[in-house]
Amino acid sequence: MAEVWIPPQLQNMTGGVEIVQVPGSTVRQLINNLDEQYPGLKEILYDEEEEDIMPGLAVIVDGEASQLGVLERVTDDSEVHFLPAIGGGR
Amino acid sequence: MLDYKPNMVLSNQEYKVVGTRPIRPDGADKVTGKARYAADTNLPGLLFGRVLRSPHAHARIKNIDTSKATALPGVRAVVTSADIVEPTGRASELSEGAMVNYKFLSNNVLATDKALYKGHAIAAVCASNTHIAEQALKLIEVEYEVLPPVMNAKEAMKADAPLLHDRLASMNTASIRAGGVLDDNDPTKGSNLANKFEFQLGDLEKGFAEADFIVEKETSTVAVHQGYIEPQSGTAQWHEDGTLTVWSSSQGHFTVRDYTARLMGVPVSSVKAVPMEIGGGFGAKLTMYAEPIAAALARKAGAPVKVTMTRTEVFEATGPTSGTFITVKMGATKDGRITAADAKMIFEAGAFPGSPVVGGAQCIMSAYDIPNGRIEGYDVVVNRPKTSAYRAPGSPAAAFCIETVIDELSEKIGMDPIDFRLLNSAKEGTRRVTGPTMPVVGFIQTLEAVKNHPHYSAPKDGKYRGRGVATGFWGNNTGPSSAVATVNPDGTVNLAEGSPDIGGTRSSVSLQLAEVLGIPVEDVHPQVVDTDSIGFTSNTGGSSVTFKTGFAAYTAAQHVRQQLIERAAKIWDVSTDDVEYTDGVAQHKSDSELKLTFKQIAARQVPTGGPIVGSAGVNPPGAGPALAAHVVDVEVDVETGKVEIVRYTAFQDVGKAIHPSYVEGQIQGGVVQGIGWALNEEYYMNDNGHMVNSSFLDYRMPVSLDLPMIDTVIVEIANPSHPFGVRGVGEVCICPPMAAISNAIYDAIGTRINELPMKPGTILEALGKI
Repeated sequence: MAEVWIPPQLQNMTGGVEIVQVPGSTVRQLINNLDEQYPGLKEILYDEEEEDIMPGLAVIVDGEASQLGVLERVTDDSEVHFLPAIGGGR
Repeated sequence: MLDYKPNMVLSNQEYKVVGTRPIRPDGADKVTGKARYAADTNLPGLLFGRVLRSPHAHARIKNIDTSKATALPGVRAVVTSADIVEPTGRASELSEGAMVNYKFLSNNVLATDKALYKGHAIAAVCASNTHIAEQALKLIEVEYEVLPPVMNAKEAMKADAPLLHDRLASMNTASIRAGGVLDDNDPTKGSNLANKFEFQLGDLEKGFAEADFIVEKETSTVAVHQGYIEPQSGTAQWHEDGTLTVWSSSQGHFTVRDYTARLMGVPVSSVKAVPMEIGGGFGAKLTMYAEPIAAALARKAGAPVKVTMTRTEVFEATGPTSGTFITVKMGATKDGRITAADAKMIFEAGAFPGSPVVGGAQCIMSAYDIPNGRIEGYDVVVNRPKTSAYRAPGSPAAAFCIETVIDELSEKIGMDPIDFRLLNSAKEGTRRVTGPTMPVVGFIQTLEAVKNHPHYSAPKDGKYRGRGVATGFWGNNTGPSSAVATVNPDGTVNLAEGSPDIGGTRSSVSLQLAEVLGIPVEDVHPQVVDTDSIGFTSNTGGSSVTFKTGFAAYTAAQHVRQQLIERAAKIWDVSTDDVEYTDGVAQHKSDSELKLTFKQIAARQVPTGGPIVGSAGVNPPGAGPALAAHVVDVEVDVETGKVEIVRYTAFQDVGKAIHPSYVEGQIQGGVVQGIGWALNEEYYMNDNGHMVNSSFLDYRMPVSLDLPMIDTVIVEIANPSHPFGVRGVGEVCICPPMAAISNAIYDAIGTRINELPMKPGTILEALGKI
């Protein structure tokens, strides 16, 4: 199962758990399954209207910021982070 | 040891076209005045717009009476915030992925109920000439209730601070989204703290317990401006079918299209944004100010309108970067291993949420292997112009703090500062305090280049001369991008792209296309085309264009290459499997007599199947972070406090320098901006929150006479996610200078300066002379 790192701000929703093993082959499935384990996380991570990652968030899969958002594929060995998105200045 | 020469490239792989230094295709027009910038736009019946700005840093707008201005002969329209859409405060996706809070954008373009900084746009007028428009501005009567301003983030975070926004949500709850507005039924009190977040790794307490040495300090920086030469300008024209064309200077005309459409309340397909040449942006032209005002005036007047800002307006009303307060505590063992680091980063966002604190937080510790770390970030609104991005947004202030801490720590340990960094440097697989692991980077190789360079071991002659080193990290960005390559019958290629060229990217993108096709880069004619003429392309920001649009050009070239093979196969009546294409020539694999050059196939393209057009729309992952290390020698005049830069060498891992001269130019430009930030530049504000140095005479930026030649050493550690190994180069170069100069000043006079700018008065104060 993929390893999802829970941001410190959200660890109060996972009872302090920092890393969660989650089944799924896409980021969308991970979020859905994560929400089953820890209800409420999907509301923060997923934008129902846009059907994508919440605006302002980036999903990092295996060290790279995903350009596919919830459609990004993950494997059982994947490591997934949700971080604030950043822009650039040049 | 290498024999270093000025501006040296430590190359990893040589190509035929990539890595050469051709003359820029847009250069001749620019140096002869033929290039057209936004303010050069002229149309039949064009009207001229001017903007009325708040004279107060904080005031409630009780009434705006435009009747006298409207009645002035020659005035064609007057607009206020009532003439543009004010969307909800919910953060939104742009049509292709970027995030914006349109309510804040709209309120910044034209104020609604409050003026939130001196210079905030209140109303605008268009007239047959600028003079009448300016006269009309004086006839607009605004009734203000003047409120006390709050100018500094620490003051703004106090419980009794004046509130800028009654309904601003403080996002220090479970959410990790950027700040927004509270729901109407939410009883929570508003706040100036728009966002608070935290990253944590390992066990901080344990890490500090393992340290033999601990250094802790707070640094502060004040707002500085990007200082681009060309002020913002936008021209808008509505057409009879209800569509709108906008000409402007921006780092992303698709953003101009999307923002203008939203604020005008029309679909994006109704707006065509035309990119004009851009006279510098450095991040500040990722957002917009003039375009929606021009569009609103043009709609009301029924004629095209141009709005061009003055230099004072640029200083007072466009985004500078944040003022910051950053604290870093770092511990290390006596043999030089970092055991723990803790950072608190408070950034001023200006009048609306969205400082670059997130970027700064993701950079501050990323150059190092820190097993136990915590980074706290605070995004705070104050009565200053809304900040916008500035070259590696957030990272320079972060580097100023952590790199001076590292200098102090290595001194305490008694270790060479480069050796200390080498021992703790991040490499592929290093876990960052923000969570993810580091991809392939060339930090170690860059630091080794510093150690091997003669500058690092050169004697320091003179009593008050000092040497400092510092490093910088920037993550780099990518995004969606499009390119279309059209083969001309004479064997040249028209390359259409959607990335405004602010750093020589016409060349760097063309070089990649030419490399694939095996043709001279002079045969590629790049054009940055309007939003109706190319697929969506994300902003020219985050040092992304040579990576992402280079990727698009590479992909489009592969598309062309495949068609060239098909045409050759058709001409020879053989299978495409029997044809290969190398170095600009299609060749039969087993019959050496069968050869066709690119030009020969191009000439026969129509009868062999029609025009050859290659296109690509990409969104490539893996931009690859950039790391830099700088060495600077300074001399301090202890009588006047002036700091002179005596020698400067900048080392940077660039992945692959597609056009080395432009890479060197980017590095040198970033260094010079960093030197200005370090020594001179600041928004000097009076007690009323007014900037009092809003001209280039009083806002002192370095010029060539102030500086020595900035030497560069390009280190190439290929980014495996790009076909030529590209990683962005334009931003990380501004991160080290402030810390490197501070460390050099300490080496020269024995006193550490922890605030910017390190101007003469600050130096003399540190020396106890005033």
